[in-house]
Amino acid sequence: MPPFLFWLFASLMLVFGAAVVLNRNPVASALSLVVSFLGLAALFMSLDAYFVGIIQVLVYAGAVMVLFLFIIMLLNLRAEEGRRINWLAATGGIVVALILVIQIFSVIGHFQAARQTFPSLERSTTDDVWNIGALLFSNYNLPFQIVGVLVLVATIGVVLLSKREPR
Amino acid sequence: MDPFFIITSLLKIVGILFVVILPMVSYAVYAERKVSAAIQDRLGPNRVGPAGLFQPIADMFKLLLKEDFTPRNVNTFYYWLAPCLAVMPAIITIAVVPFGSTLFGVPMVIADVNVGILFVFAIASLGVYGIVIGGWASNSKYPFLGGIRSSSQMLSYELSLGLAVIPVFLLVGNLRLTSVVRYQIEHGWFIAPFVGDWMNPWKWVLAVPMIISFLVFMIAIFAETNRLPFDLPEAEQELAGGYNTEYSSMKFALFFLGEYAAMITGSAVIVTLFFGGWHFPGIPDGSRGWIFGVINIAVFFAKVAIMIFIFMWVRWTLPRFRYDQLMRLGWLFFFEIALVNIFVAAWILAYFPSS
Amino acid sequence: MLREYLPVLLQIIVAMLFAASALLVSVLVGASGKRTRAKDTAYECGMIPQGEAQPRFSVKFYLVAMLFILFDLEIVFMYPWAVVYKDAIKQSSLIFWSMLSFISILMVGYIYALKKGALEFRK
Repeated sequence: MPPFLFWLFASLMLVFGAAVVLNRNPVASALSLVVSFLGLAALFMSLDAYFVGIIQVLVYAGAVMVLFLFIIMLLNLRAEEGRRINWLAATGGIVVALILVIQIFSVIGHFQAARQTFPSLERSTTDDVWNIGALLFSNYNLPFQIVGVLVLVATIGVVLLSKREPR
Repeated sequence: MDPFFIITSLLKIVGILFVVILPMVSYAVYAERKVSAAIQDRLGPNRVGPAGLFQPIADMFKLLLKEDFTPRNVNTFYYWLAPCLAVMPAIITIAVVPFGSTLFGVPMVIADVNVGILFVFAIASLGVYGIVIGGWASNSKYPFLGGIRSSSQMLSYELSLGLAVIPVFLLVGNLRLTSVVRYQIEHGWFIAPFVGDWMNPWKWVLAVPMIISFLVFMIAIFAETNRLPFDLPEAEQELAGGYNTEYSSMKFALFFLGEYAAMITGSAVIVTLFFGGWHFPGIPDGSRGWIFGVINIAVFFAKVAIMIFIFMWVRWTLPRFRYDQLMRLGWLFFFEIALVNIFVAAWILAYFPSS
Repeated sequence: MLREYLPVLLQIIVAMLFAASALLVSVLVGASGKRTRAKDTAYECGMIPQGEAQPRFSVKFYLVAMLFILFDLEIVFMYPWAVVYKDAIKQSSLIFWSMLSFISILMVGYIYALKKGALEFRK
């Protein structure tokens, strides 16, 4: 990927990621999240992770739809838009974020491996979907089954929480 | 990046969009009116030009010249955004569908990506946003109900859609749509494997799950494109016009265009997955001369036109489902059938002697 | 392989331009009429609109959307499985059984949702 495309998608992601937080309108936030994920998908693809990139779009498109329904179902949009920014909390958040950034930079600065430049990776010649499948069903078969249990727990949770028991 | 690649890609994109998709959409609307007229023993459009053939052109100008009205109580930005979101996915998904073999050595597919079918599903799943946002931003009852209905309907049938195609990829072993076509050229179309060693009983046993796959996939596409018998988001008798009630002029036309373009793209995907794409037994591919390349493209779009006719035939034959029937059908019947079908196909591949 | 995605980007740009220009042209050449109060109201077949513009809707739509994500995850895992299946089955039938067990685990949740009537819109 030419560098300007990387910068384009990265900035797209960051700008819309910030928009998720800054927008007063929850619908605008939800849609900004979709655009942010599209940028992330493009970045995954630039790393030759096509499968992960496309899954990012496929799964999160549905997930944000849930968010959207949640917003128009449960939130009062007028009240949300009228809410003021709590400056005290905002300043606190910015300070914490700054400390985190400084911390990351100082840790990376002292980290030996982070200083050397790595040789560029070889481009993979095999299909990345095939690679994922081959690994998933050999080395990671047990974690794969455990993911199944995890999703099962989530399914039961969803049904249990949103379904009122008849008395 | 070589300029030749970029220029041929742009030519293909513009060619497909303006020479094929848009005329096809306008004449699909005309065909829909003619087909429905024939089914209901009427004449259909017959005033503009011979047999009403210029009707789509007149319609286009009419829609362009109508007043573009934005009611005051709508959510203006999203009201304008929704028609664009509704029309874009259908146009973008056609990029990965191979519509011909080669022409002058250039492959006739806009982007031969290695996650082809997932790309189709991912972009198509964004199509629901156009409808839901349109319904929500209109700030009116009927569009709102249409949008809510479509959210659940389109998501539910996406499950059957995703499950139904897996037997195809069990055989192909690759998610590229061009590989699907190449496999079918060597081994015969998935639902009718007459090419090659067609006496082999193994292929005919495998054709059974393929036919089930095809039926589930086609019906799920009906639901995804909001066509009868699944047109609840825009059921005229209950919801006025559904999600596009508050729209006028070109914004309404874009919703309409999106729906028909989705139908064309859906037909193109069905043809590619189950009917051999641009392949027709006995016709060589484009490497034997440009005339065959052109014939391949013509064969592909002829198959798409037949699929579109089936879409229309179904629409004017079947009554609409009730919402609870629709959900039951999607979640109980098709979901289970598609899932069992996958394991039947996998079992045949694993334990049935292949030769 | 990344090269194959360049036309996709072009296609997305062309689709955006097409949608935007269609709207622009209709604004430029379309007729313009007077804005009246009746025209501004929501369309309810000629009646004066009653009640809330966005009525409350059943929680089931939300529930269906959430269940969709969970089952969509399951389908996503089936694609890499389908791609490697033909090669892996030659060595052992483990791949067949591991997917079957994964799906059976999820089917417990599916049956639970069915028995609880989560997908029943009738009531």
